[in-house]
Amino acid sequence: MGNGKIRILIAKPGLDGHDRGVKVVARALRDAGFEVIYTGLHQTPEMIVNSAIQEDVDAIGLSILSGAHNALFPRIIQLRRERGADDIVVFAGGIIPEEDIAPLRAAGIAEIFTPGTSLQQIVDWVREHVTPRGVRT
Amino acid sequence: MVMPARRPTVPTETLSTVPLKVVYRAADVDLDYRRDLGDPGEYPFTRGIHPDMYRGRLWTMRQFAGFGTAEDANKRFHYLLAMGQTGLSVAFDMPTLMGYDSDHPRALGEVGREGVAIDSLADMEILLDGLPLDRVTTSMTINAPANVLLALYVAVADARGIPRDQVGGTTQTDMLKEFIAQKEWIVPPRPSMKLIQDMLVFGARELPKWNIISISGYHMREAGATAAQELAFTLADGIAYVQAGIDAGLPVDEFAPRLSFFFDCHVDFFEEIAKFRAARRMWAKIMRERFGAQSPRSWWLRFHTQTAGVSLTAQQPLNNIARVALQALAAVLGGTQSLHTNSMDETYALPTQEAVTVALRTQQIIAHETGVAGTADPLGGSYFVEALTTEIERQAWEYIRRIDDLGGMVAAVEAGFPQREIAEASYRYQQQLERREKIIVGVNEFVQPEEQPIEILRISPEVERRQVERTRRVRAEREQRAAAEALARLRETAQSGGNTMDAIVDAVKTHVTLGEICDVFRAVYGEYREMAII
Repeated sequence: MGNGKIRILIAKPGLDGHDRGVKVVARALRDAGFEVIYTGLHQTPEMIVNSAIQEDVDAIGLSILSGAHNALFPRIIQLRRERGADDIVVFAGGIIPEEDIAPLRAAGIAEIFTPGTSLQQIVDWVREHVTPRGVRT
Repeated sequence: MVMPARRPTVPTETLSTVPLKVVYRAADVDLDYRRDLGDPGEYPFTRGIHPDMYRGRLWTMRQFAGFGTAEDANKRFHYLLAMGQTGLSVAFDMPTLMGYDSDHPRALGEVGREGVAIDSLADMEILLDGLPLDRVTTSMTINAPANVLLALYVAVADARGIPRDQVGGTTQTDMLKEFIAQKEWIVPPRPSMKLIQDMLVFGARELPKWNIISISGYHMREAGATAAQELAFTLADGIAYVQAGIDAGLPVDEFAPRLSFFFDCHVDFFEEIAKFRAARRMWAKIMRERFGAQSPRSWWLRFHTQTAGVSLTAQQPLNNIARVALQALAAVLGGTQSLHTNSMDETYALPTQEAVTVALRTQQIIAHETGVAGTADPLGGSYFVEALTTEIERQAWEYIRRIDDLGGMVAAVEAGFPQREIAEASYRYQQQLERREKIIVGVNEFVQPEEQPIEILRISPEVERRQVERTRRVRAEREQRAAAEALARLRETAQSGGNTMDAIVDAVKTHVTLGEICDVFRAVYGEYREMAII
């Protein structure tokens, strides 16, 4: 049950190994006082949703730079629904072309951060949009 | 009018936080010309590996390319050669880099997206169609399955009747930097080193013109390493590969001359030039003093350079043309043997044809208009550049000592040492950006609210479907018994600890796929799992 501290799974779907951004974001979120679990690289949608449920997180942050987001993100949202975990907020960052953003948001990705976003913007967004599931009404 | 909180200032330290003086004087430099610099072409090669540098031979203009299916990539190669490019460089897609065929479930959505998909001999034949393999050298950016791609290349050359000793090119084959930074792996570090040994022995025996390993700092730098870390970790990786070759029974002078290097050229102009000069001096000493190499060619650090992808910005993308030009200039002043200039649109996707042409033209302008190529090491003797060269070298030796203390690079990688150092440096840098202690034009300063989107290259999902179909057809139509026997022989060779290369070449000739071969290695050696460090 939630103790008031927001728990976030930071996950890296796809086969690309570009983990500089994801690690920096994970550290910034941890330094901002959230509990952060980082999955490591090359995670399938199934692995990510399983980890999120096992770890009882409040949010999943996805990082992808391989261009496979249109195939992988909707699958993660679909699995989240199948597992009855729609209250886990999913947000994302990486190289996501402008025209892909609206369809991904419509599919259920709460926010998408593109290059140039400051760490503070991400931290502020999480504070505003994610609440610990234990105290949710 | 809103005033900025703080006026942007010029840097007082390098990008890698080496403090800078306002002016450098003779007293800042303590060098013996013959011992520490030498003329170009003379030990320790600080000033370059050739006496006449670019007058004798211009650097190779080698644009990294590959996307979609083998047909798409082949078309781009023909275009680049027609535009005056002088060498080929193949980018592979993520499933190929990880040793999965295009129809593997993990390849979903990734096929042909960040490079070309190569699963079998059929793909390789199309990729190389019409390209003169005996006259053009091909660099393949492939690591974990480098043995398979080399085997496919050799199989195509064999089929065309080109003698193996005429086939020239490079496979990256640098697994240590994969575990550290690029992170496309199959089996753990120690069996990876064994497979590399097999390639070194095969190369020494069969392919005298092939560079089996391109020891790469690029990816570590892109992952956030400082200039000194890039230099130190790359040379420490090199030390591990030379030791691996010696341990496999090869005389050092038989394979060391074919080792080449690959560095990043970041945006801090003089720091990069100093890094290249320090690299040559250090490698010459390592090869002569540590390994006792006798041949001057073993002492040479020959290197390819790519401008820094990480320095490009998604904001105001045309500015990237200027960044790339300055980085390319630094690489040339640093004495590179070949160069890839990034395209302005690469933060978004693989480059469009127009963007890649501008990038190639940038090199041609530096080579033929600016006059910088006419004189070897034009900055040699500059108080500043010499002092910075010495400082970066000092920092890099310190790291190499620490890695030696850990038992060498393989042990250091297993302990996560370089991974942690890079993650630290990367986080420090990001914090400097957040505090605007470092300025990136268009990102944290000189920001423009409304931006015109540029045109980017889109890869059709159709590519994946066509590629999956072809690979399934290859598997269905091949001579099944021959393929099964070749795979069984490969498995036995891997299990017995014998050299796997001939068995891989035989297997690809029977149309066994890349994924099937890598499955053998996964079964025999196990799959690598990273300890995730943040």
